[in-house]
Amino acid sequence: MPSEIPRMKREMSRYSVFAVAREAFRDHQGWTRAWGSPEPKRKYDVIIIGAGGHGLATAYYLGKNHGIRNVAVLEKGWLGGGNTGRNTTIIRSNYLQDPSAAIYEKARSLYEDLSQDLNYNVMFSPRGVMMLAQTEHEIRGYKRTAHANALQGVATEFISPARVKQLCPIMEIRGPRYPVLGALWQPRGGTARHDAVAWGYARKCSEMGMDIIQKCEVTGVRSQGGKVVGVTTSRGDIDCDKLGVVVAGHSGHVADMAGFRLPIESVALQALVSEPIKPCMDVVVMANTVHGYMSQSDKGEMVIGGGTDGYNNYTQRGSFHHIEETVRALVETFPMISRLKMLRQWGGIVDVTGDRSPILSKTPLENCFINCGWGTGGFKAIPGSGWGMAELMATGYSPLTEAFGLDRFSEGRFIDESVAAGVAH
Amino acid sequence: MLILKCPYCGVACDETELHAGGEAHLTRHGPGSSDADFEEYLFMRENPRGVHFERWRHVYGCGKWFHAARDTATLEVFGTYSAQVAEPPKDVRAAITAKVPGWRWRDLS
Ligand SMILES: Cc1cc2nc3c(=O)[nH]c(=O)nc-3n(C[C@H](O)[C@H](O)[C@H](O)COP(=O)(O)OP(=O)(O)OC[C@H]3O[C@@H](n4cnc5c(N)ncnc54)[C@H](O)[C@@H]3O)c2cc1C
Ligand SMILES: [Zn+2]
Repeated sequence: MPSEIPRMKREMSRYSVFAVAREAFRDHQGWTRAWGSPEPKRKYDVIIIGAGGHGLATAYYLGKNHGIRNVAVLEKGWLGGGNTGRNTTIIRSNYLQDPSAAIYEKARSLYEDLSQDLNYNVMFSPRGVMMLAQTEHEIRGYKRTAHANALQGVATEFISPARVKQLCPIMEIRGPRYPVLGALWQPRGGTARHDAVAWGYARKCSEMGMDIIQKCEVTGVRSQGGKVVGVTTSRGDIDCDKLGVVVAGHSGHVADMAGFRLPIESVALQALVSEPIKPCMDVVVMANTVHGYMSQSDKGEMVIGGGTDGYNNYTQRGSFHHIEETVRALVETFPMISRLKMLRQWGGIVDVTGDRSPILSKTPLENCFINCGWGTGGFKAIPGSGWGMAELMATGYSPLTEAFGLDRFSEGRFIDESVAAGVAH
Repeated sequence: MLILKCPYCGVACDETELHAGGEAHLTRHGPGSSDADFEEYLFMRENPRGVHFERWRHVYGCGKWFHAARDTATLEVFGTYSAQVAEPPKDVRAAITAKVPGWRWRDLS
């Protein structure tokens, strides 16, 4: 049994230009740890399983917006080591359906001043995201999305091939197979530093007195009379009043422990980066017809991603032929990358639902909530998802998450983004 | 790279020759069934980390559908078998038990 130990003293220095100057004069000896490494207590008001972006953001807004601070976030590996630390960091909110636009735009707008809010530089870079239209259908589809976005209050526009070329000169817009016919352009979309998002939330949670417990795998969910009472972990039993399951690709596995089923399948999604080169592209480009997307990191690497593997997989590595397909597709539109050496490749296990929309919901087990199904595109949603999930867990209702309940599958009330977002991002 | 043996033409095919068809042995609930059954058939999935049964199609070969038993955590293949059965045959289940004692999938073990 875990024993009660005195609470760690958590004094974290504020990051600022003055702190940098002060530390410069004392050999950087004064920096404190960004988050604690506590032993688990016997009981918490709320336990969150999974210290990815969504789990940490949920904990943060539970504390910040609802004053619930007796919270533990349990992580089987290291924080941010799941999909949050493996994604290609595209942030956009140009979705088709109203509930999606609401939660993704909430997230995008929170990203705008997240660095200030967290006092941690998440390097949000609203450099603009363009989704290329390379078929007649895509032109129609994206014009429709642009109109929907106008009604939803999301700033996007459909732009001409000439404007595409102007925004991204390294692009070959004339084909041969798939000429660029226009693009859906979201000027305030962009990227952020993925690790920093996880670290920034973790630091604030720790500062509020929450326990982030790494290397602590949940192996069972305990319940009494249809209500959750706690979890079994690799570091002993821990009790809780409320449980949030936020484990992305492992959702099916953890739901199984809690005794319910999910409309989710876990598949591998890969990404790769090239050797670093000089700045040549200051927007994010997604080409959904040919299944590839690319941006340039601050280090100069071209960051490339494509589609998922077709079959269930938990190995965090994907198939070689998918890399080949992605790169082959992109070489046509970006001929200059044909000479680039690729530095490394990796995979993550993403949780895909039937309508390609997430699940933020109560579950058949009382006081147990789930946040999953973000699949290939949940990094962009982290702040909004945490905001809504915290509200749902604290009060039982959130307008942001209402449409994303598990019941939508039996009611046939889908939030169909599979057509709107044909590619993985 | 995943390699599955097509039970019809006997070819050991790599995954580029195949199309993954999702979870095996689903009961097709149609008109007249309950909402819960229909949801189960359309959306609910087993999604195990471990032993799994799937449908695959030999698209760039004989074109036929077949079944495969696989481990999603190790990518090990336990066997492939005909599409014309409603549950995995005994020899495939025995092959799994030999490697993963105590496995379970739905109500099979
Ligand atoms: C290659 C790739 C590229 C992507 N590109 C983009 C993109 O450009 N833009 C975008 O918006 N999204 C993108 N995504 C999707 C995005 O990464 C995810 O949707 C998002 O990071 C999910 O965050 P999460 O917090 O839900 O999950 P994770 O970050 O995976 O966190 C879940 C955590 O739960 C832990 N866990 C699991 N089981 C247990 C257990 N039993 N006990 C304790 N802990 C457990 C895991 O170790 C993990 O750390 C991409 C994903 C991949 C793989
Ligand atoms: Zn065959």
